[in-house]
Amino acid sequence: MAAVTGGTRPGSLGRRRRRRQAVQRWVVVAVTGVFFLLPLIAMVEFTTRAPSGSGRTLDVWRTLADVGRLSEQYPDLLDGVTASAGLVVLTVLLMLVLLVPTMIWVRLRLPWLRRPMEFACLLPLTVPAIVLVVGLAPVYAWVAYFLGPSSLTLCFAYTVLVLPYAYRAIDTGLSAIDVRTLSEAARSLGAGWFTVIARVVLPNIRSAVLSASFLSVALVLGEFTVANLLSRTNVQVAINLLGKRDPSISVAVSLTSLVIAFLLLLVLSLAGVRRRSRGPRRRPDQTVLAATPVQEIS
Amino acid sequence: MSSSALPAAAAPNEAAPATEVTTSGGRRGRRVTATAASLIGVVPFGLLVTFFLAIPTLVVIIGSFLDADNRFTLANVRGLADDVVLQAYWRSIWISAVTAVVGALLGALVAHAVSTAVEGGVLRRVITAACGVLAQFGGVTLAFAFLATFGFTGFVTVWLQNTFGVDPYGAGGWLTDTPGLLLVYSYFQIPLMVIVFLPALDGLRPQWREATETLGGSTVAYWRHVAGPILLPSFLGGMLLLFANAFSAYATAKALISQGSPIVPLKIDAAISGEVISGQDNIAKAMALGMVVVVAVVLWLYARLQRRTSAWLR
Repeated sequence: MAAVTGGTRPGSLGRRRRRRQAVQRWVVVAVTGVFFLLPLIAMVEFTTRAPSGSGRTLDVWRTLADVGRLSEQYPDLLDGVTASAGLVVLTVLLMLVLLVPTMIWVRLRLPWLRRPMEFACLLPLTVPAIVLVVGLAPVYAWVAYFLGPSSLTLCFAYTVLVLPYAYRAIDTGLSAIDVRTLSEAARSLGAGWFTVIARVVLPNIRSAVLSASFLSVALVLGEFTVANLLSRTNVQVAINLLGKRDPSISVAVSLTSLVIAFLLLLVLSLAGVRRRSRGPRRRPDQTVLAATPVQEIS
Repeated sequence: MSSSALPAAAAPNEAAPATEVTTSGGRRGRRVTATAASLIGVVPFGLLVTFFLAIPTLVVIIGSFLDADNRFTLANVRGLADDVVLQAYWRSIWISAVTAVVGALLGALVAHAVSTAVEGGVLRRVITAACGVLAQFGGVTLAFAFLATFGFTGFVTVWLQNTFGVDPYGAGGWLTDTPGLLLVYSYFQIPLMVIVFLPALDGLRPQWREATETLGGSTVAYWRHVAGPILLPSFLGGMLLLFANAFSAYATAKALISQGSPIVPLKIDAAISGEVISGQDNIAKAMALGMVVVVAVVLWLYARLQRRTSAWLR
């Protein structure tokens, strides 16, 4: 903190305050840390209980690690995990193929479309998933008619759900570079539009695209509302279903998915730090991590 | 898959802006063609948004005003005034408001503690990453975490029984009811506030504090007259965001609450997935429309506050 608050401050006063701040900081972090770690510890404790009532066992975790046993005892869970994995891939692909080129294209060729596009991308924040699902039901009746009832068709709805977060991450990335000059330079050297988008602009916003993808992965892994109400399956639906029959295995899966999401976002924050060391932009890791409308909505 | 190829396909047609055109009429003609060609590039994205965002939203809005035979009616919207529905709205708003206030206060406290830490340090990075996960990862996972902690055979429950002989369930199943929702919601509200409020705290310049001290102001004076007024809009904005967040949450409540549908999202769920009583579907749409209105008002206020805030935090 010395780097932040130090400088021209009169010595002793500043030092005393800094020490007080350090004490305050550790007290607050410790107290909230207990509140936030408690459920996680409880999950570990809960999943290692021996059926007899005393002692510890790793049986639940062993079952979870063993795909053969898992598919035999909990076929629903395996279905859900497979569906979620497929949805993660499809949603990220769809987001990359539909959103990213369109955003670049609109910036370059159709600037008047920028505001409407921003509005459309941020609209899912105002329409909660539970509301969207009410309107999606008839749409998915048609989807089922054309593409079949597979859970993987949820990727369209999920792409819409990740729009606000992906849009903001990529918009930050695009604002940091001079898209127009880059594309004009490339065009004057004879590049076609495909080359401009895929080989000139895209590599320059790589970390923004990466964080948009990470956020999409985290959101798809945690999604429950749409899948449950459209009677499709994914890992969250499976956990909920299983919770009634076998709480300990569903708590174990919950903990695993939490840990995976945490590691993903930690990786993302490290990527953000690396990016900062190269450029002068302020704290990109935070603006990217915030999966919420921190900047303006309209 | 085709969208990145489409711009390339449109490329030959749109040489117009680059070529010098002398007559203004000719230029305009070419411009229009060029714009039309450019528009092809946004078609795939436009289709996605139309079918999976615009149409569902319109289905909800229009459906709210239709009866079972698709004739115009105000009965659905009037149905919102029903006692049971009003109570659900009231409870939803109440829960969201309480967790927003609690979450905002505690979240701001944590954010302040974090903001005094070294920028880019380990503590700060771990806490922001953890907050990112916890703020997003509500839902089923969270409900099960709390069932494992405070549930009937949960860690804390068992510990309290064995150590103090206290039974937290003496008062009934509080975790799977409204008090449980308050506790669980604050688990994702606090981290969200940390993420939202941290940039505002980082915007405070050390020079402002120094100026206060040079002029003889105490710490209290600094917070009351300098930092407080600057932070107030972002604090209130964060609170509104938390409100909208809790108000639209469905998954946590669905996994946690075992019986009845005390809040609006669960009411909507019951209406669309229950036995098909004619017209019930459109009442669900009216309740959904009500939710959109509440969230839209809250986020509109948020955007206004945000505009005031951004003047200071550059």
